[in-house]
Amino acid sequence: MLINQFLLLGAVLFCIGVYGVIARKNAVMVLMSIELILNAVNLNLLAFAMNMNGEGSADGHVFALYVLAIAAAEVGVGLGLVLLIYRNKRSISLDELSEMKG
Amino acid sequence: MLAAETGWFLEHAYLIPVVPAVAFALIIFFGKRMPMKGSEIGVASMVTSLVLAAGTAYQWIERVDFFSPAGDNASALGGFGRAFRLNAEGATFVQPVINKIVWWQSGGMEFGLGQHIDGLAVMALLLVALISTLVQIYSLEYLRGDRRYTHFFAALTLFSAGMLAMVLAENMVQLILGWEIMGLCSFMLIGHWWEDAANSRSALKAFFTVRVGDIGLLVGTGVVFFAASAYATRHGSNGFSIQSINEWALSGTGSHTVLLWGSVALFIAAIGKSAQFPLHTWLPDAMAGPTPVSSLLHSSTMVVAGVFLVARLYPLFHTGLDINVAGQHFNLIAVIGGITIIIAAALAFVQNDIKKVLAYSTVSQLGYMMMGLGVGAWTPAMFHLFTHAFFKCCLFLCAGSVSHSGSHHSFDMKKDMGGLARKMPITTTCWILSTAALCGVPYFSGFFSKDEIIDNARNNNYQVFFVVGLVGAFMTTAYMTRATYLIFFGKARGAAAGGHAETLATADAHDSHARVPAMANAASDSHDAHDAHDAHAGPHESPVLITGPLVVLASLAVVAGYINAPVWPFHTERFAEWVANSSGVAFPILDHAQFEWVNAVPSIMLVLGGFVVSLFVCRSIYGEARSPLRGITTRVAPLRWVHTFLVNKYYLDALYENVIVRGLVGPIANGAYWVNQNVLDRIVNQAGIGARKTGGWVYRNIDQRVVDGAVNGSGAVTRGSGTALRPVQSGKVNQYGALLFGAAAIGALVLVIVNT
Repeated sequence: MLINQFLLLGAVLFCIGVYGVIARKNAVMVLMSIELILNAVNLNLLAFAMNMNGEGSADGHVFALYVLAIAAAEVGVGLGLVLLIYRNKRSISLDELSEMKG
Repeated sequence: MLAAETGWFLEHAYLIPVVPAVAFALIIFFGKRMPMKGSEIGVASMVTSLVLAAGTAYQWIERVDFFSPAGDNASALGGFGRAFRLNAEGATFVQPVINKIVWWQSGGMEFGLGQHIDGLAVMALLLVALISTLVQIYSLEYLRGDRRYTHFFAALTLFSAGMLAMVLAENMVQLILGWEIMGLCSFMLIGHWWEDAANSRSALKAFFTVRVGDIGLLVGTGVVFFAASAYATRHGSNGFSIQSINEWALSGTGSHTVLLWGSVALFIAAIGKSAQFPLHTWLPDAMAGPTPVSSLLHSSTMVVAGVFLVARLYPLFHTGLDINVAGQHFNLIAVIGGITIIIAAALAFVQNDIKKVLAYSTVSQLGYMMMGLGVGAWTPAMFHLFTHAFFKCCLFLCAGSVSHSGSHHSFDMKKDMGGLARKMPITTTCWILSTAALCGVPYFSGFFSKDEIIDNARNNNYQVFFVVGLVGAFMTTAYMTRATYLIFFGKARGAAAGGHAETLATADAHDSHARVPAMANAASDSHDAHDAHDAHAGPHESPVLITGPLVVLASLAVVAGYINAPVWPFHTERFAEWVANSSGVAFPILDHAQFEWVNAVPSIMLVLGGFVVSLFVCRSIYGEARSPLRGITTRVAPLRWVHTFLVNKYYLDALYENVIVRGLVGPIANGAYWVNQNVLDRIVNQAGIGARKTGGWVYRNIDQRVVDGAVNGSGAVTRGSGTALRPVQSGKVNQYGALLFGAAAIGALVLVIVNT
């Protein structure tokens, strides 16, 4: 079954992404992990689009394209934030950004 | 509309009271900053009113003459039916000029303000405006330097405005408005020198006594309104409209009982306002005010308002009290008027205060007017109102002039006057002319008015009141002769003889500033300085601002009678034509006596007799010669009793104050005190104790335990949960991410479990 491999790959990528988000201390690495998660989801969307609605349906593809566009924007904003944090702190380690702890 | 039919003044007569009303506000707000302390506004407004009233009168006379059956246009009557109507009996009347605006609306009722201009209103308007103007001019000098000069003029102006508004009232509501304004202003003016307790007491007495009558006005207006409402609504008006009330009363559709009680209630109001027996007691006390106030109050405003009310709604009284019904010899109005004539005239004999003599004289003359109305002599009664205003106003102003310049602010005839005729020739002449008019000496104005009332009483078969009128005429002449003798003739006494401040300080003076010994305070204010000047100069003639109005009024007192003098060689009856024939569309048909010398003879004889007898008695009692009559009231027991009885004013004041007022007030006060102590206080105390106990319990149980417990508990819970959750907010982004994904995973797990 073709879809199984796609979904499996998506799950693996998702798990790698989640691990990266939780475990990495580098902000850029976290952003990259988030990209991984998004792409895992895109993979799922495309797989389901191919499989479930039959050919001719573009719903899933359009959805995936939107996700890509928004992910690009998100990375732009995220990297901007990181750049400013770096200018202020001379560091992009997330452990040092804990001023908001309760 | 033809020019002769109406005119600007007739259509805009409502301005006559508006002008002084506006002037009142101006005086109150700006008076003190004006160069003459606001008096110029008052005088100017009264002159304006007088001009407007004169214009109105002129155009009214044109209107009447134009349509008069005797006039040149008699043949043209048919063409002008709108202005000239026939009433049910075929008599002719000139249509009144009625204009009104809606004042306020309530439940479909429209309360109007407006003017009802007919002969009666025009006569009264002209009279009030003229007298008010003269009195204000007189006051300029008389009250110069008074401590409340501005307020005096403000109140005087508003007073005139109230009377003018009442006179031209189109409906009963407006009439009550003017009536009450006058009541208020009379209170302020009588109590003008309120620092003296007696003055403020007099003001209160006047106010409350009149108030007793005013209840009658409200009740009567209410009764008439509900009774006349249906008829009036059918004719496009409402039950407050004076014209509708009169038409209704004559239409014969109203129940006689309602008419009777409505007119009785309204007559009670007239008794109070016009100082008729038994509510006449306030008027002599009203002398506590400054003399110009007494003059205005007694001649043309306040006291004639009651007479005017009766005259204004005469159809109501005429029908309600069956006046002139064949076989009737007495009715309420005539009886009250007759009693008032006699008792007031009798009281005038024992007064030492010149103004009180005049006050009782006014009461007595008002009695004549009421009696005239009671016996169906409407025209003579109104004519007497007209002429009386001139000579009574003149007499009061003469009294003021005497006290101002002759007797050192005293009004006591016995102590401080006498022999002033040579010192004050103008005042004396004016006084004597006015007295002649008051007594009804032939060819003076009182002769044409008062004797006509008496004559009509006989003509209309009210024989008793014919006799009462004659006796009253005799008494009037007698007490006026006494007063004249005491003031102007005989030997000068007290202040008139150049007496000093010591006699003055004890004199029974009503002008309170006169009570201050003049010499002691000579420099304290300008008026006292004036006193000091008087003391040096002795009695002298008054300045022209005082004598001017006197001369005008005395001339009018002499000539006013000739507009209705049916005797040789005049034969005029213009007053009857202008006023009586034109008083509204609806008016009862009255039969007025034709003048004949034969009928006037007894009255003339009695006047002459009164003069001779009184002069003889006065010379004996007050003259210098030893006489058996001197001191007779203390030596002969029956006379002494009568004298005491009169001096105590028939004990009516004692009756009112000690018996009625105290009888009512005492038990009520005691009862109220008992209720206060035993019921109200107990309730209050019990409520207080109960509240305290409840408060304590609430504090201990609810406030301390429940409320505070809840507040503390919620605080503790918040604190605990905060402490517990605190580690979650580590500030570490990774940890937040882990929590987010953990939660998402749990959520996904739940979703899967639920969906399978």
